[in-house]
Amino acid sequence: MNEASASSPQIVRARGLTRRYGTTVALDHVDLDIAAGRIVGLIGPNGAGKTTALKAILGLSEYDGELSVLGLDPRTQRSELMQQVCFIADVAVLPRWLRVGEAIDFVAGVHPRFSRERCLAFLARTKLQPKQRVRELSKGMIVQLHLALVMAIDAKLLVLDEPTLGLDILYRKEFYQNLLNDYFDEQKTILVTTHQVEEIEHILTDLIFIRNGKLIVNASMDEIGERYTEVMVGPDKIEAARALAPLNERQIFGKSIFLFDGVPQARLAELGELHKPSIADLFVATMKGTYA
Amino acid sequence: MNAPTLPTRSNPMQTFLWLLKREYWEQRGGFFRAPLIAGGVMVAILLLSMIVAETTAVRHGINIGNLNLDRISTSMTHEQIATFNSGLNAGLMGMSIPIMATQFFVVFFYLLGALYDDRRDRSVLFWKSLPISDLDTVLSKAVSATLMAPTLAIAALIAMHIAVLILLSVYAGIHGVNPLPLLWNPAPLLSMWIKLVCLIPVNALWALPTIGWLLLCSAFARSKPFLWAVAVPLGLGTIFAFTDLLRQLSIPSSWYWKNIVGRILFGIVPGGWLGVGGNGTLRAITGGNGNDIELDKFDIVNSVLSWGHIFDALGSPELWLGAAAGIGFIAAAVYFRRKRTEAYS
Repeated sequence: MNEASASSPQIVRARGLTRRYGTTVALDHVDLDIAAGRIVGLIGPNGAGKTTALKAILGLSEYDGELSVLGLDPRTQRSELMQQVCFIADVAVLPRWLRVGEAIDFVAGVHPRFSRERCLAFLARTKLQPKQRVRELSKGMIVQLHLALVMAIDAKLLVLDEPTLGLDILYRKEFYQNLLNDYFDEQKTILVTTHQVEEIEHILTDLIFIRNGKLIVNASMDEIGERYTEVMVGPDKIEAARALAPLNERQIFGKSIFLFDGVPQARLAELGELHKPSIADLFVATMKGTYA
Repeated sequence: MNAPTLPTRSNPMQTFLWLLKREYWEQRGGFFRAPLIAGGVMVAILLLSMIVAETTAVRHGINIGNLNLDRISTSMTHEQIATFNSGLNAGLMGMSIPIMATQFFVVFFYLLGALYDDRRDRSVLFWKSLPISDLDTVLSKAVSATLMAPTLAIAALIAMHIAVLILLSVYAGIHGVNPLPLLWNPAPLLSMWIKLVCLIPVNALWALPTIGWLLLCSAFARSKPFLWAVAVPLGLGTIFAFTDLLRQLSIPSSWYWKNIVGRILFGIVPGGWLGVGGNGTLRAITGGNGNDIELDKFDIVNSVLSWGHIFDALGSPELWLGAAAGIGFIAAAVYFRRKRTEAYS
C-alpha cells in the first residue's frame, strides 16, 4: 500500500462522497481527486459543504461513499493518518491554559515528524515567549503559534479551514507568505478554505467551487485561465456579446464587462479588451442565486 | 517508505507519558495545589489553636512550668507510648479528611470536564489533529484520576503529617517535653504511610464505576455533563420508587441507592470499599456493632485499614462487578470520544 501511494501521487481520492444531516444533504455524491504538490482552494458560500468535506477527509465525521486519504481510511485509521496529515480547523482552537513552551514540548513528544528547531526558528520571528499562556495571547499571536507548530511538522497534507478568520490584514498576509515561502514544496499538498478568496488567489494551483454539496468547478488554475475570460465591451458590441451566452454581465465606468465560459478567446478578442477574471468575480458569477 | 530519515510512527509508550504530562499541566491547580492548600489550612488551624492556648494560659496566669512534664513522658510505659502513638496516628488521619474530601471534589469535576471542556472550547480539534488515538486520550484521563491525583494527594497528606509532627514537637519542646520518643516513633508512622500508598490501586479498582460513568457522561453530553451524571441515576431511582419496580423483583430500594448510585457517583471517595466483604469495617463501626470488629488500641489506623479488610474487599464480587461495569463505561466513553467532535454538533 505504501508503495502504491508512493508511485501514484494521489493524496485524496473520493467517489460518491455523501453526508446527510437529517434531511439536509451537506455533500451530494462528490467525486474528488487531489494530487501531490498542489495547493487547492475549496471555495463556497456558507453552508455549501466545505467544512463537511474537510471533516470527512480528516476522519472527524461519518460519511457515505468511498474516501481514501494517503491510501488510508480516515474513519478507521485516524491516528495513522494524523502522522502525515495536519490541520488548522479554525482560529483560537488552542487550549487556553496551555503555555507556548508546553505546546512545543507536547507536539515534539507525540509527533514523529515534528522538528523543534523549525518551530523555534519560526517563533523567533514573533513576540511569543515560552512562558506565555494561550489565553494571554491575541488572536493573531495564537494563529502564529498554531502555524509555527503545524509548519514544523513534515506532513504530506495540510488542511486549513478558514485559517485567517478574524485576523487583521497584516497577520493574514504574513500567514500566507510564511506558508508559501517556508512550508510548501512539491512533496506537500495544501487544502484550504476561506471567504477571503482574493488573498489566496495567487498561491492556488487548483480551484474547487462547491455549492449545495456539489462541486460546480473543479479545475487547475491554468484550466480556469483558459476556460474563463472577461471581456470589456464597448456599447456598440453589447448585443453581439450577449448573443454568446455570457455567464455574467456587470457595468464599470460606462463599459460592460462580460464573463464567458468556454468561448474561444480569438472570438472574444473581436468584442473588446480581454482580461483574466479574478476568482472573486468568477465566484460571484457562478454562485448567483445561491441564497435566493 | 519515501522518507527513510524520519521515523514515521510514534512511540506509543512515549505518547502516553506525554498525555499524562498534559493532564498534569492542565490540572496542576486541582491535583497538586488543592491538596497542599487543604493540608496547609489544617496546619494553620493547629498553629492558631496552639497560639490561642498559649496566650490564654499566660493571660490567666496558668503556669505549669514548675511541673516537669518531661518526667511524665519518660515515666510512661511502652504500652502507654504505643497507645499514645496509635491515637496520634488516628488524629493525623482525622486531620487528613479535608485533603481526601478535596481530592474527591477535584477528581469528580475533573472527570466530568475531561472529555467535555475541550469540545466546548473547540480545542478538541487541536488535540485531534495530532497522532493520538481516542483510546489513549480516554485512558490517560482515567489514569490521571485513579493514580496521578491520589498519589499527589497522599504526598500532600504525608507532608501535612510531617508538618503537624514538627509543630507538635516544637510545642512539646517549649514545654520542656522531649518530643522524640513520643511523637517520632517511626514504625507506626511508616506503616501507616506505606499502607496509604498501597491502598491507591485498591481505591482505583473500587472507583472504576464512578470514573467510567463520569467519563462517559463527559464524552457523551452535548451540554451540562453534571446534569447527565447526577440526574440519570437519581431519576431512575425516583422512577423505581414510584413504580415499585424493584420491590416486585424483591430488591430493596436501598440496594439501588447503595450499589448503583453510590458506586457510580461516590466510588472515588478514598476507602469507599471499607464496608465491603467479610466483616465490613465501616458497617461494623457505624452500626455500633463492636463485636464484628476488633480495633487494636495500639494500632487503630492499621486495624481499620487492615490487610484482612483489604483482602475481604478484593475478594468481594461487588468490587469486581463494579470494575467490570467501569471498564464498560470507559469503552463507551472511547466510542463517544470518537463520534463527538464538538459539544454542539
